[in-house]
Amino acid sequence: MSIVTVQLGQCGNQIGHEVFSALCSDIRGTHGLCSKKENESYQESCKERFFSEEESGVPAARAVLVDMEPKVISQTLSTAARSGHWKYSSHSHFCQKQGSGNNWANGYCVHGPRHKEAIMELVQKEAEKCDRLGGFFTIMSMAGGTGSGLGAFVTQSLRDAFPTSFLLNHVIWPYGTGEVIVQNYNSVLTLSHLYHSSDALLVHENDVIHKICAQLMNIKQISFRDVNGVIAHQLGSVFQPTHAAGGGSGYSRNPLGDLLEALVPHPEFRLLGLRNIPQMAQSSLAFSTFSWPGLLKHLRQILIANAHMEEGIDWQVRPPQPGSSIPSTNKPLHFNTSIANLVVLRGKDVHSVDLGSFQDPSLYTSWLNPQDAFNAWKTPRAFNKYEKSAALVSNSQFLLKPLDSIVGKAWNMFASKAYLHQYTKFGIQEEDFLDCFTTLEQVISSYTNL
Amino acid sequence: MTQSVVVQVGQCGNQVGCRFWDLALREHAAVNKKGIYDEALSSFFRNVDTRSGDNGPDIYKGKICSLKARALLIDMEEGVVNEILQGPLRDVFDSKQLITDVSGSGNNWAVGHKVYGCQYRENIVEKLRKAAEHCDCLQCFFIIHSMGGGTGSGLGTFVLNLLEEEFPEVYRFVTSVYPSGEDDVITSPYNSVLAMKELNEHADCVLPIENESLFEIVNKIHQMINSGKLGSTVKQNSLVTSSAGSAKILQEKPFDAMNNIVANLLLNLTSSARFEGSLNMDLNEISMNLVPFPRLHYLVSSLTPLYTLADVNVPSRRLDQMFSDAFSRDHQLIQADPKHSLYLACALLVRGNVQVSDMRRNIERLKPSLHFVSWNQEGWKTGLCSVPPVGHSHSLLALANNTCVKPTFIELKDRFMKLYKKKAHLHHYLQIDGMEQSCFSEAISSLSDLIEEYNELDAARGGPRIDPSRLKIAV
Repeated sequence: MSIVTVQLGQCGNQIGHEVFSALCSDIRGTHGLCSKKENESYQESCKERFFSEEESGVPAARAVLVDMEPKVISQTLSTAARSGHWKYSSHSHFCQKQGSGNNWANGYCVHGPRHKEAIMELVQKEAEKCDRLGGFFTIMSMAGGTGSGLGAFVTQSLRDAFPTSFLLNHVIWPYGTGEVIVQNYNSVLTLSHLYHSSDALLVHENDVIHKICAQLMNIKQISFRDVNGVIAHQLGSVFQPTHAAGGGSGYSRNPLGDLLEALVPHPEFRLLGLRNIPQMAQSSLAFSTFSWPGLLKHLRQILIANAHMEEGIDWQVRPPQPGSSIPSTNKPLHFNTSIANLVVLRGKDVHSVDLGSFQDPSLYTSWLNPQDAFNAWKTPRAFNKYEKSAALVSNSQFLLKPLDSIVGKAWNMFASKAYLHQYTKFGIQEEDFLDCFTTLEQVISSYTNL
Repeated sequence: MTQSVVVQVGQCGNQVGCRFWDLALREHAAVNKKGIYDEALSSFFRNVDTRSGDNGPDIYKGKICSLKARALLIDMEEGVVNEILQGPLRDVFDSKQLITDVSGSGNNWAVGHKVYGCQYRENIVEKLRKAAEHCDCLQCFFIIHSMGGGTGSGLGTFVLNLLEEEFPEVYRFVTSVYPSGEDDVITSPYNSVLAMKELNEHADCVLPIENESLFEIVNKIHQMINSGKLGSTVKQNSLVTSSAGSAKILQEKPFDAMNNIVANLLLNLTSSARFEGSLNMDLNEISMNLVPFPRLHYLVSSLTPLYTLADVNVPSRRLDQMFSDAFSRDHQLIQADPKHSLYLACALLVRGNVQVSDMRRNIERLKPSLHFVSWNQEGWKTGLCSVPPVGHSHSLLALANNTCVKPTFIELKDRFMKLYKKKAHLHHYLQIDGMEQSCFSEAISSLSDLIEEYNELDAARGGPRIDPSRLKIAV
């Protein structure tokens, strides 16, 4: 099954490019430390999932590029074409002349309706190219105007036009200390709207990725390209092909559906965080070896202690004692309660790995059976030159504090009525803001009371 | 990509404008090696096929034929505009873009606004329409003028009004040169305050400039060069005051150095809209992020570095110095000290080889020493443009919506009141058709209200920080 990606705004397009680049470079890489047959199967599956065949022989990404001003799309298209190994289809992009000005209302109320038909037509064309459509993956930031506002509108339109398809939004949360002054408003508006139309939100926070670049990758002068590279690697480690959980011999055909089934049992809880281990500079890879028990021990503690990476983990945090019924207010401090988790393992000796520690009931809320709350996907084919790598997609309290912080700052600004005239000018009124705040306070409350 | 049209009004406006066009051509020449008319160029220039004369059609692609500035030159005296038309930039403007008269406005806002405004209204509207028609997607009008005289101040603000009426969807950015205390035009306070009312009501963003600040910057550079500390190692064309490498070959006029600074301000302001970068910052984003309340749209600007040394190796220490300088008093383009006043919002537009980590490091470093309003504690808007300005490897433009503009306005009000209380020179204004005493009282009232809004913000600053309580959800 194929996934159609919709890249929205500057961030969405820049990241989208890195993702396809990483996927392509991965499948073109060395044999991936597995049998030739395994490798070929992996390559076929990846190609079907993310690329379509064109006459020129160069695979074309299954993607639609959307932006309200031309500079970024034009750069994205040409950089991809220059690689020689993949490209974007020549008629899969839509852009206008003037951007959204970081104004969510402009993106949602003006650009959305105005360009809906043209954008949806491009999506339809891309969807028809798929033998079997596995769903939609949108990439956007929530701080700006186009990715966030137009992105929210497009998500709704996708939901209306494809009511039975899977719809996963990849959302970038901005640096806490400003990229955009009205980013908290734009974020509140985006998240609340996406919550109503999307199946799930897969989140990356710029602050977190930045730390990974600084501390793990040892990059001195970190650029957005570096940040986007790490994000692309993390996404690739989840969405590259893996074997069906049931143990069948082929690669799983329905990644989005499987992911959503595994992680989103209840519509009130749609926020997914992503962690990946190990993460290091390419130059150090050759000198490192890892063991599965070591990697998984770290990954589990990252989950429990809500750490961002394998350095600086708080090892003091422990899950609550099993057996005793503990009201949520008495749970150990800083402990991250999960609803459901998915671990993706790639590389050598993957089938002998013991994942029992992730099935510990004390990690989870009591709603699901521990067997249902935890899923694992595996493939012996190594990813992106890492001999062994493990990714964790988690529906847990990972994003609770960042969400609370964003809503708090937005509320603070809202109380002073600053910048509201910029939004009312384009059709978003104070009541609309209040509705969005209410939605998100509800989400915060739900996740807090796990 | 969008286009912008520059409307330069009066002597000051046209002199600054002239420097702007010169430096804009220089900048594009440095970037555009192949001579192809690209989208970046199109933001300020048309490409006209002049083989059949000046009325040739616009060419949208391909090689550059003849570049014409998207500009309107307005002056009620002929001297300055004529000089431009005889100088090296004569081919950049065509005669249909000019509106001139002979006798000037006599340093009288009322003459500029009411008399000439009325007289030239249709002519101006027609020429603006023509300029707009040549644009594929017009985003912004830039008005350049001074506040203290008659034409720039009076007719300039008349044009501002017109723009709002005729092109309400297009942004209006105004670069206003405010008079200094020792201004030799006695009635400059009247002209400025009358103009301020118009700026309050009709501009989207105003970039106030004070000659004193420009003058101090020019002096600072001269001192550095002459002290022998830098000597020949300064890259001449990197001076923020320099015309080196541009078309101007005649001897530099006294205001040229100062006007180059303002020209560079406009180039840097629009750089991220014209050139690519990893985090673009368009003009509509500037307005969106820096104007929290409609009337508080006065932005204090600073440009760094003022020059670059010829040895280009740039350790990050030098980069960090650039960020520090942007917040220092002597780099601001008005007499103000943003560090000791209250920030409502701040934008940083970096050009050149600077990455997000450099930006973040410096914001973290400088944040503790700056005071931000309680509802915008992390109020930073940032932009990264890959193309540096001519002669530099990187540069920074800082725009601050900060209460440090207040003293400028208070002083203006004081100087106004000194004259007004004695009714000095009032008759020159009141004798003009359409001018009444109420024009003055309304104008001073508008200015007082503005000052009061800044006062309220400053007053709330010291108070205890009480975050408004959040919505409660029933569990």
